[in-house]
Amino acid sequence: MKHIVSIEDLDNKSIMGILKRAKELLPVAKGNKKSKTLDGKILATCFFEPSTRTRLSFESAMQRLGGSCIGFADPSATSHLKGETLSDAIRMVAGYSDAVVLRHPREGAAKLASEVSEVPIINGGDGAGQHPTQTLLDLFTIKDEIGKLEGLKVGMLGDLRYGRTVHSLSQALNRFNTKFFFISPKSLAMPEHVTDVLDSHWSTHENLKEVLGDLDVLYVTRIQKERFPDLEDYKKVAGAYKINAELLKNAKSKMKILHPLPRVDEISTDVDETKHAAYFRQAFNGVPVRMALLEKLIGAKK
Amino acid sequence: MSENLLKVQPIRNGTVIDHIRAGRGRKILDILGLSKSGTTISLLVNVQSKKQKRKDMIKVEDRELDENEIEKLALLSPNARVNIIRNYAVAEKKEVKIPSFISSIVHCPNENCISNNERGVSSNFKLIDEETHQIQCTYCGRKIEEDKLNFL
Ligand SMILES: [Zn+2]
Repeated sequence: MKHIVSIEDLDNKSIMGILKRAKELLPVAKGNKKSKTLDGKILATCFFEPSTRTRLSFESAMQRLGGSCIGFADPSATSHLKGETLSDAIRMVAGYSDAVVLRHPREGAAKLASEVSEVPIINGGDGAGQHPTQTLLDLFTIKDEIGKLEGLKVGMLGDLRYGRTVHSLSQALNRFNTKFFFISPKSLAMPEHVTDVLDSHWSTHENLKEVLGDLDVLYVTRIQKERFPDLEDYKKVAGAYKINAELLKNAKSKMKILHPLPRVDEISTDVDETKHAAYFRQAFNGVPVRMALLEKLIGAKK
Repeated sequence: MSENLLKVQPIRNGTVIDHIRAGRGRKILDILGLSKSGTTISLLVNVQSKKQKRKDMIKVEDRELDENEIEKLALLSPNARVNIIRNYAVAEKKEVKIPSFISSIVHCPNENCISNNERGVSSNFKLIDEETHQIQCTYCGRKIEEDKLNFL
């Protein structure tokens, strides 16, 4: 039995297998084709903090493959679990299901769950820690939009210090000879613990215009107000990292913009209509990618 | 020789911790809680040694360190040696080596780590660098340097 606590739990071959299967499953994810590969299987979605996007895409993935879901969606629903340890809650839920998706506010929760669970644990995000299915859907989107993963020039923009999605995506892309451009204000630069393990080429920039023309992919993250003690500082910084259609005239015509969503105003809505906007397809891709992962973990062995 | 005898009188039963990194002896006493054990403890600081320039040394009478204590010691002074003394003779030499997994000895410095927030869960670290003795929380992934360890 395999748990997916971090993207490191999957080797390149498994990742490529999941991305390939996700592509095949696109028509099923869209409801144009039926599938019963998870017929009779039950997925438990245990969300100790709300994350509607992650939960709904898992539930959609499971049901599109003929399986069903049980679980809870937010902490208020779990008040009956108060006083019960996470380990005990997981042991119980594992007894009622074939796999468990866990979302939890504390780092390391999924790892702990994997130590006590008799069914596969899928980490749906643990605090500032890992969120491997987000990384998988990011990889899928890049491959699907650009046609390959190998040797791309990828810019990451915004809050690179606290943004966990860009941390694990960097680590995953590092396996594919990516050239990284980290674009952020100095105070929100990519932390050393991430850059230390990158063996591919990377560079840091404060100004997007310096590198925009080189990029195949631009991954945008939100700069949060809470990171700045002074509101004026925030406004200045956030303003300097906004993307709009005018700015994108300097980009390669095939350059794609990704964003983990929800966005606030870091990407102007006039970008939505450009050929660069890939973030809505990216959000949808959560479904086929999670379908492929669920099949791999609990589907009937071929 | 007579000078040495004065410094380190032989003990009948107990433990002699030798080759402690100079300056770490005091901390080892505190962290292992040896002073509270009620037995006679001698601490020698900055002893001249052939191998190292200076070393600390601890003698614990009538008490043998257990494995858990030796693991803590390994984190504090990796090159220390532990001699178990029985009837004035070295009955056992224990290897002081940082284990590859360190359980229930050190706190994770990440307050939001599940290991600090769940009843019944013990901390667990993995040794990731043999030379610098850097260890990493197996739950949240936080890495800690040897000089920033916070013992349970
Ligand atoms: Zn930890």
